[in-house]
Amino acid sequence: MLVYGFINSIILALMALGFSITFGISGVANFAHGAFYILGGILTWLFLIKFGMPYFLSAILAVLIVGAIGALMYRFLLVRLRGLVLSEVIATFAIGIIILELLRVFGVMGFEYRLPSFIQGSANVFGTYVGIQRIIIVAAGVVLLFALYLFVHHTKLGLSFRGVAQDDHTALSVGINPYKVSVFSLTLGSMLCAFVAILILPLGTISVDEGYDVLLKSLAVCIIGGLESTSGVFVASFIIGYVQVLTAMYISTSLTMVAVLACMLIILLIKPSGLFGKYKEIEERI
Amino acid sequence: MSIERRKERIDRCIKAYTDDIFCLSSVREISYLMLPRVLPIALILLLVFFVPLYWKKVMVITFVMSIMAISWDFLASCGLISLGHALFFAMGAYVAGALNYYLGLPVYLTIPIATFTGGAISTMLVFPALRLRGIYFAMVTLIIPLMLMRVVEATKIIGGTEGISALSPLPGLEFGIGISMVAMWVTLFSLRRLITSDYGLIFVALMDNDRAVEASGLNILWFKVQAIFIGSTICAFCGAFMTHYYMSVGMSAFALDLSIFPVAATVVGGMGTLAGPLLGAMVLGPLSEALRGLGTFRVVIYAALLVVFIVGLPEGLFHYLRRKYEQIERWVER
Amino acid sequence: MEYLKVQDLTKSFGGIRAVYDVSFTIEKGSLVGIMGPNGSGKTTLLNIITGFLKPDSGKVIFKDGNITGLRASKITNLGIGRTFQMVKPFYHLPAFKNLIIPLSSPKVKRMGENYGDKDSISLDILEDIGFERDSSVPYKPASVLPHGYLKRLELARVIALQSELIIFDELFSGLSLAEVASMSPLIERFFEAGKTIIMIEHRLKELFKIANNVIVMDQGEKIAEGSPKEIMKDEKVKKAYLGVELKR
Repeated sequence: MLVYGFINSIILALMALGFSITFGISGVANFAHGAFYILGGILTWLFLIKFGMPYFLSAILAVLIVGAIGALMYRFLLVRLRGLVLSEVIATFAIGIIILELLRVFGVMGFEYRLPSFIQGSANVFGTYVGIQRIIIVAAGVVLLFALYLFVHHTKLGLSFRGVAQDDHTALSVGINPYKVSVFSLTLGSMLCAFVAILILPLGTISVDEGYDVLLKSLAVCIIGGLESTSGVFVASFIIGYVQVLTAMYISTSLTMVAVLACMLIILLIKPSGLFGKYKEIEERI
Repeated sequence: MSIERRKERIDRCIKAYTDDIFCLSSVREISYLMLPRVLPIALILLLVFFVPLYWKKVMVITFVMSIMAISWDFLASCGLISLGHALFFAMGAYVAGALNYYLGLPVYLTIPIATFTGGAISTMLVFPALRLRGIYFAMVTLIIPLMLMRVVEATKIIGGTEGISALSPLPGLEFGIGISMVAMWVTLFSLRRLITSDYGLIFVALMDNDRAVEASGLNILWFKVQAIFIGSTICAFCGAFMTHYYMSVGMSAFALDLSIFPVAATVVGGMGTLAGPLLGAMVLGPLSEALRGLGTFRVVIYAALLVVFIVGLPEGLFHYLRRKYEQIERWVER
Repeated sequence: MEYLKVQDLTKSFGGIRAVYDVSFTIEKGSLVGIMGPNGSGKTTLLNIITGFLKPDSGKVIFKDGNITGLRASKITNLGIGRTFQMVKPFYHLPAFKNLIIPLSSPKVKRMGENYGDKDSISLDILEDIGFERDSSVPYKPASVLPHGYLKRLELARVIALQSELIIFDELFSGLSLAEVASMSPLIERFFEAGKTIIMIEHRLKELFKIANNVIVMDQGEKIAEGSPKEIMKDEKVKKAYLGVELKR
């Protein structure tokens, strides 16, 4: 039970990771996150199944393409809207919808669309049988989260991400190029997103609704955990992950979303900026 | 580098006359002022009476959607950007449906009750997010209806995935058209009045600098609650109305395209004036109907138009047309 | 009666002590200055007193009532008004409409019989503080007004509230000497009308001219309190502002 909760939490954290890097840490809104996720999966599927390329190569290609799309999206769209946060959200969300619904129109549904697991079989972990795919996911998750923390707090690039989020004029005057940093953060976020998709999608089928789900969950994680905070992503995904698993087991499988929603609303009531939110509450804004 | 020519924008002569007392001096001036105000009303009345049956039904939906768009613009003028307008709609829709189905209340009771109850429930749901900055508020409002949709689907309450149907209808199509059109005009004019009144100014000030409003002795949380209540009640009316128009209510009440349409209509039409979203809805409504055959592809169209307008014509059609009407641009030698 | 009493206020932001153990008392009808180098916690102190922040510990007592932790709008309605250092008017509204908001507050509404049509009252107030009445200046949207006018608008906001205790947060910042000279009489007028004033200021010459009493803060603590003359001689104050000579 605890093991499932752990796995679920790591999965959530991974989903939220890409979103958190772009939005939480660099302030670049990418509400097409869910769309990129599914896109990454579909592209891999395309290369793998339709073109018959080796798994590894399809994965890398898909990740690169999604990253490129992210960069292009910034270059042509976001750069004109930079600073008008609302327009950014609306525009990226609209793009996400376009991608997802187009995929839906092309008939991306059903069992046919799935990515095979890396390795078949399961192993015994602390008394429960767990698929090896999931173990890989957890391992990757832990590594990535740790890497994220190091990156954001200790590397020059990571710090410049945060600088741009806080005030891009000041960042400019210190020698950081906000344009390049933002493009990079969006690209990195998108690539991460696609990579995570490839890891997780083998657990089920690729479906368009999953795309919206991913965005939902990433948003929930970031809101509960507080933006601009790496520990927030970590803690929040664990909270949500365990709440989901516990509700599924002890109350009913269908009420997991209710629990998550209630959780979010309660936390917002108590601490509006999220658990680890660093931005100040309304009383302290100028 | 010397500039050879520059573009100059100045008010038209007639605008300058009519801004002051000369507006009553002749038919020409009066008609200049009245035309933009009377023309849309006249057009809409004409359309309603002389258009074939199929398109009459489209008009009803368009009117309802334009009410939602106007309410979105109202909330946006208060600084509250909601990406989940479907929530307000759905609350009204479900309450009306439930009242009718489980309690057997007639239409003329369910709609008013659902309007206010729906508004109240929506306000309570959104309340925790009211202390957040604009962007986070938008994010939370995006999530709530989508989550609720999954909740309804999973718990199968109030009909679950199929929803409830066989509800009482409205007394006739003419009634439907009449009510929705009247509701639209009422919403538009009363909200416009509200925003310029002393009470409404507080909402506009909330958007500009909410700390100053708090420091002026007004509890901003309470005012935000009021703004949300007004906006959501209006949409709850739309939801309740549509429930009885279609005689059923289901998960589609939470649909994404109900949340996106008001945003798209406002962006296309022009933010801030409350008449802009009306224009936008009038453009997008029939357009989306004409493309009905494409199913969910409609959302793609809204979204695509949204992106095009946000990047290309961010001021929106209304502001653009007004600018053309009131000012001329020309190249001038230095 | 101690008009305003601040007791042992402490507030930290994640490890940084913004305000530490600050206590002082203000008499009714006095003009008190608060000064200190940047970062000494003056604005945080102000935010705590006026309800925009909750202190970690300590109390604020106004007219024998405990106002610690009350909501800012409530404290404003009890009679404490404040200005903001970063002036941000309501950009979308014309200048005189800016004042409609404070005029709509519960406190002002309670003084019903003194007030009338809000538009004309706000035009009167604006004329009082230096906006030319017959020009179009009061009708312009607040976004086009220059800085000096914005400061006056901020002042007007507090006048409209009719507060008894007014706290100015760096009202004179960003103003030329001439503008300061034209605003000082307004403050003196308040003072003569019996209001209690607290001024947080960096421009010490102007402050010392009008203040009875000055409180000095540094690094979140109160380091001195007294009349302007005493403060100018105080060693700790000199050290905080000017530093100390190194002994070779």
